[in-house]
Amino acid sequence: MKFYLNGVPQGCSDNDANTTLLQYLRTGQGLSGTKEGCASGDCGACTVLVADSTGQARAVNSCITPLGSLAGRRVLTVEGLAQGGEAHPVQRAMVDCHGSQCGFCTPGFVMSLAGLYQRYQGDGETRPERAEIVECIAGNLCRCTGYRPIVEAAQRMLDYPQRAILGDSGSQSGAPAGEPDTRPLLDGERQYYLPRAEASLREILAAQPEARLVAGGTDLMLEVTQRFEQFPVLVDLSAIDSLRGVDEDGDFIRIGAATSYRELLGHPLLPSAPLATLLRRLGSEQIRNRGTVGGNIANASPIADMPPALMVWQAEVALTDTAGRQRWLPLDDFYLGYRQTVLQPGEYLSAIRLPRAALATPHRLYKLTKRYEDDISSVMCAVSLALDGDRVARVGIAYGGMAAVPQRAVAAEAVLRGARLDDQSIARACAAVSAAFQPLSDVRASAAYRLAMAAGLLQRALLALRDGDPPGVFDACEAGVSHA
Amino acid sequence: MRKLSPAYQPGEIPAVDPVGKSLPQDSALRHVLGSAVYVDDMPVYPDELHVAVGVSPHAHARITGIDLAAVRAAPGVVDVIVQADIPGSADISPVFEGDLLLAGDTVEHVGQPVFAVAARSFEQAHRAVRLARVGYETLEAQLDVKAALAQEDFVLPSRRSRLGDPEAAIAAAPLRLEGEMMIGGQEHFYLEGQVSVAHPDEVGVQVYSSSQHPAEVQKLVAEVLDLPLHAVQVQVRRMGGGFGGKESQAAPLACMAALFARRTGRAVRYRMPRWADMVQTGKRHPFWNRYSVGFDSSGVIQGLVMDVAGNCGCSADLSDGIVDRAVNHADNAYFLHNAQVTGYRCRTNTVSHTAFRGFGGPQGIVTAEAIIDDIARAVGRDPLDVRKANLYRPGDSTPYGQVIEESVLVDLVAELEASSDYRARRAAVSAFNAAGGILRRGLALTPVKFGISFTTTHLNQAGALVHIYTDGSVHLSHGGTEMGQGLYTKVAQVVARALGVSIERVLPSATRTDKVPNASPTAASAGTDLNAMAALDACNRIRRRLVDFAGEHFGCDPASVAIRDDHVFAGGECLPFADFISLAYLNRISLSASGFYRTPKIHFNRETGQGHPFFYFANGAACSEVLVDTSTGEYRVTRVDILHDVGDSLNPAIDIGQIEGGFVQGMGWLTTEELSWNEAGAITSNSPANYKIPTAADVPAEFRVALFQRPNHAEAVYRSKAVGEPPLMLPISVWCALRDACASLCDYRFNPRMDPPATPERVYWAAQEAIRGGRP
Repeated sequence: MKFYLNGVPQGCSDNDANTTLLQYLRTGQGLSGTKEGCASGDCGACTVLVADSTGQARAVNSCITPLGSLAGRRVLTVEGLAQGGEAHPVQRAMVDCHGSQCGFCTPGFVMSLAGLYQRYQGDGETRPERAEIVECIAGNLCRCTGYRPIVEAAQRMLDYPQRAILGDSGSQSGAPAGEPDTRPLLDGERQYYLPRAEASLREILAAQPEARLVAGGTDLMLEVTQRFEQFPVLVDLSAIDSLRGVDEDGDFIRIGAATSYRELLGHPLLPSAPLATLLRRLGSEQIRNRGTVGGNIANASPIADMPPALMVWQAEVALTDTAGRQRWLPLDDFYLGYRQTVLQPGEYLSAIRLPRAALATPHRLYKLTKRYEDDISSVMCAVSLALDGDRVARVGIAYGGMAAVPQRAVAAEAVLRGARLDDQSIARACAAVSAAFQPLSDVRASAAYRLAMAAGLLQRALLALRDGDPPGVFDACEAGVSHA
Repeated sequence: MRKLSPAYQPGEIPAVDPVGKSLPQDSALRHVLGSAVYVDDMPVYPDELHVAVGVSPHAHARITGIDLAAVRAAPGVVDVIVQADIPGSADISPVFEGDLLLAGDTVEHVGQPVFAVAARSFEQAHRAVRLARVGYETLEAQLDVKAALAQEDFVLPSRRSRLGDPEAAIAAAPLRLEGEMMIGGQEHFYLEGQVSVAHPDEVGVQVYSSSQHPAEVQKLVAEVLDLPLHAVQVQVRRMGGGFGGKESQAAPLACMAALFARRTGRAVRYRMPRWADMVQTGKRHPFWNRYSVGFDSSGVIQGLVMDVAGNCGCSADLSDGIVDRAVNHADNAYFLHNAQVTGYRCRTNTVSHTAFRGFGGPQGIVTAEAIIDDIARAVGRDPLDVRKANLYRPGDSTPYGQVIEESVLVDLVAELEASSDYRARRAAVSAFNAAGGILRRGLALTPVKFGISFTTTHLNQAGALVHIYTDGSVHLSHGGTEMGQGLYTKVAQVVARALGVSIERVLPSATRTDKVPNASPTAASAGTDLNAMAALDACNRIRRRLVDFAGEHFGCDPASVAIRDDHVFAGGECLPFADFISLAYLNRISLSASGFYRTPKIHFNRETGQGHPFFYFANGAACSEVLVDTSTGEYRVTRVDILHDVGDSLNPAIDIGQIEGGFVQGMGWLTTEELSWNEAGAITSNSPANYKIPTAADVPAEFRVALFQRPNHAEAVYRSKAVGEPPLMLPISVWCALRDACASLCDYRFNPRMDPPATPERVYWAAQEAIRGGRP
C-alpha cells in the first residue's frame, strides 16, 4: 500500500495489519515530533492531519488510526508543516503567544490549529470565533498552560503572512483504482483489507469469517494499543461509498453505517439543533472525524450517545449478510444484552434509517458528563414528543448509561401516551423512569445520581417541550458553530 | 584594540538586559516544530530492549509462588527478573524506606511491580508479562483513611504545631463550629508518561530520565546496581510535564532500565504506557481533615484545632514533608490567635501517594477556606469580609512560630476586590439568585499565602556551572530541571544580566549529574530561587576575574570597568564581548566557574513544630464566578480575576503562564478530576476516558490575570518570587463559588457539604442538601 507523508510517497506494505499510524511514524520512520500521550484517542498529543477527498485537512488521533486506512491519502505531521525549516504561521503564533510550556502536547495542538487554519486561510479578514477554536482543540489536553495562550495563538495565527498547509488536490481513499480490492493491502502474518465496494466486502467476509470490521477504529483500535491484541484480519469500511453519507429514501432518511460524526454534524437532512449540540460534545474533533454512527451502534456500549437519540426517532438498522441479503429491524431490537447484538457471523451493519417525520417531531437530547467536552455520558437522555392539542400523541424516551444496553423507557412512555402533558403526568412519567431502571454505580456516577438524573432530565425535557427552553448553563458555549 | 571614537557614547549600544522581559521559553520554537527531544524521542539502538512489569492484582497479599517459564519463552523476551536478581538494594525510597523496585514476599497495593521483562519490542514485553503465573494468598487490606487514623495505622509518626491555648480560646469564644472534609487526590497527568533510557558503559551506566530529581535517580541507580555514584551519570534535558509526579516516581524506571542494561549490555528503554502510569505511580494525597473553631460575632477566629490526615498509601515516600506542609498551610492567610494543627500519615493499601504541585499545602488551605466560608454563614457576613477580618498582619505569628513580616495580602486583596468589581457583582449575584429558579450564580474571592523553601532545610542548596568559550558564547548548567516551567529561560536571563550579555549568547544545557553534583529536586517552587542564585554566584566569580584582568590589562581601576550590552568598557576602551573574552583567554584567565547557593535564615524543628521554615511567602488572590444548574449539578466558570504576587518578575510571560496553568490544574483537582477505587482497592479512574482533566472549554473567556507590583522583601534573585505552586490554590475560589451558589438555595443560612472534587454529581447533592435545609 501507498500513502503520502508530508508530500513523500510511502511504500509500507510490509507493515503488520495492526500497525497504527503513530507506531509507523515514531518507530518506523523516526518521526518523533508526533507524541504518544495516551494511545487511546483521549489526549490529542498524537494529532496529525489527513486530507479528505476535497483536500480539507482533518485532524485525527494517529495513535488509534490504522495505517491501512490511509491508503492513497495525504498525511501531514508537525515535521511537514514547517517549510524549509521556516515555521508556519500557526507555529509562529504559538511561540509568540507563549503557547507551549513543557511542549509535549504542543505538536498535537499545532496540528489541530493547522486544520482550523486551513478552513480560514485565504478568507480575508474572517477569523474563527472563540467557540469554534475551543471546539477544535477540546480533544487536545494540555496540563501546563491553562489553554488561554493557545486560544490566543489561534486568534492570531491568521494575522501573519498566510501560507497554505497542503496543496490543492484532495486524496482518495483506498488502493489505486484498477487494483483488485479483495486482496489485502497489508499482507503479512495478519491482513488488512480496504474494499471499495460492498460486494468486495462480502467476498472478503465470506472467505474470512473471523475478520473484524473497522470503520473509524476509535474504539476497536484501543484493543490493539491498550491490550496488545493482534487481529488476524481487519476489514476497513471507510472506502465503501455505499456505506457512507446521508440520503433521502422515500419517507426515510438513510444514513450509511460508516458515516462519520463530522459528516452528520450540520447535515441539511438532519436539521436538529439538539443533535448538533450533542454531536459537538461527542468525543472530540479528532474522534468526530473518524468515529462513525454505525460503530457507535454496533459496538453495543451501554453508554453510546447515538442509540438513545436514534431510538426515539424510531430508527431501524439494516443488517446485510455475505449473500447480500438485507434485513431491517428496529434499533430497539438490535441489542440482546451487555455488548451483545443480533448480528450474526458474517453479517454487517450497513445502514440506519429514520422516518422523516421523526426528526420533525420536537425532541431534546441531554448528555450529562463530569466534563463538558469530550467525556463519556454518565446519563444520556433522549425524548421525542408530539402533542395533539394538550395531549401527548406520540412519545419516545430512551436512555444511555441506565442499563446494560441503550434502552427505551417504555413504562414512562405509556404513562404519557394520550395523557394531558400537565405537571401530574410529568411527575408520574418521572416516577415510572425511576422505577424502571437499576443503574450501576461506577467511576462516572453513582446509581443514586443516575436515577435522580434519569427522572430529572426527563422532567427538564418535557417541560422544555411543553413550555419552551429555559436558559441553560451552557448556552454561551453552544452559540452555534458551523463549518463544513 | 579599538579606541572609542570621539563621537561614541555608550548609550548608542542597545541595552540588552533581558531580566524582566517576556522572552519566549528557550525551547519554544523546537516545541512547535516537533524537534524538541524528549527521552522517548531519542534514537533507538538496533538491539535495544524494552521493559514491562508484571504487577499485583491484589491490594494486600502474600506471594505464594512465581512461575515465569512462559514469560521467558515468549517471543522477543531476552531477560526476566524478580527481586532476588537485584544486585544491590531493592529499596528505592527517597527518604525513609519501604518503596521497593520489585515486591518481595508480599504485595501492598494493586499495581505493585512483582517482576520485570526486557524484550526486543515494547509490544513483546507487554504481551509476555501476561503469561506469568503468580500465586497469591490475599491478606486483609487497609483501604480507608479514617479507619487507618482510628487504628493509628501510620507510615510515619504524627507531628503537631501549636500556638497559644486553642482549647481554652475555643471554649471561651462566643461562637463555635466543627466540621470535616474528605479531600480528593489528583492524578498528575503529565502529558509525557514516565520514561527512562539506560546505556551501559565500561564502568557503569548512562541514564536518560524524565525526572525532577536526577541526583536521586543517580543515587538510587547506583544503590540498585551496587556501584559507586561516580559510575552512574544521569541526564535530564526536559520533561513533558512533571508537577511533582517525577520527583520520586521517575526513579523506578531509571533503576529498572539501568539494571537490565547492566545485565544484558544493551541499551534499554522503559516507557510506561498511560494505562500503566495511572495505576502504578503515586498521586496527590487524599486527605481527611476535621476541625473545631471558635470565633467572635464578627467572624474573627479566636482558636482552631485541626487534624489533617493524609492518605499516604502503602509507604512513606515523600509523605513526611507533604503532611508537614498541610499542617503549616492549615492557616492559609489567616491569623488564628490560638491554634493546634496535627498531621497524621495514614497507611493504606493503595499506591504510595507522592509529591504534587502544592505538596500538601492545597489540602490544608482548602480546609481553611471552607472554615472561613462556614464562619461567614454563621455570623451572616459576606465571606470576603470575614476573610479580610482574619488576614495576617505583620507581627502575627503562624502556628509554627514564623512571624509574618510582609503585609502583602491586605493590599493585594483590596486591590483585587476593586479591580474585579466584587461588590457590584456580589449584589448582582444576590439579585439573580433572589429571583429563584434552578440556575444559581456563585461568587468567591479567596487568597493564597504559600511558604517558599523546602521544609527539609538541607535541600535548600543549589549548584551551577558556567563556561564562557573563546567566541563569547556562554554554556549554562545548573542542578534544576526543565519541566515546562521556564526555569532554563529564567536562569539564562539572570546569567545574561550578570555577565552583561544578550540572552542569545547563553545556552542552557541539559541537567547532568556529572556537571552539577548532589542537586536538590526541582520542587517546592524553589527552582529559580535556588539555581538562578547559584548561577549568579558562578557568573560573579567569572566576572570578578574578568574585571580584574581588564583593570590590569588596560591599566585602569577595576571598579571603573563595565561589562554590559555585549561590550566591555575599560580605560576608555570599548571591546565587543567576544573580542574581550578571546583576549582574556590568551592571557590565561579562567573562563569557567561553579557557583553555589544556600537559602539563608531558615530553620525548622520538626519535633516541636516550630521555627522559621520559609524564606518568604508568595501570595495571590482570585475572584471566581460560576453558574450552576442546581437540578443536575452541571456548572460553568464564567469569569476569573487573578492578582498574584511574583515580586519583581524575571519574565512576566512565563510567570503568567505559571499562574494560568496552575489555576486550571488546581481547578481540575477541585472540580472534574475524581480519583476512585473499587472495594478491592483497584483504581477505577485509570484512563483519560474516565479521569477528566480540564479542556480549553472549561476555561472562561473572561480570564484576567495581573501581577501584583511589589518587589520581594526577601533577597531572592533580583527580588523576584517563586511562582510554581502557589497559583494551584487560587481556584479554591471556584470551589467556594460553587458552594456559594448552592448556599443560595437555603438563603445562605449555611453551606452544604461539598467535598472536593466538586463534580456535577457532588454539586447536585450539595444543592439537594441546601434545598432540604440541612442534612437528612
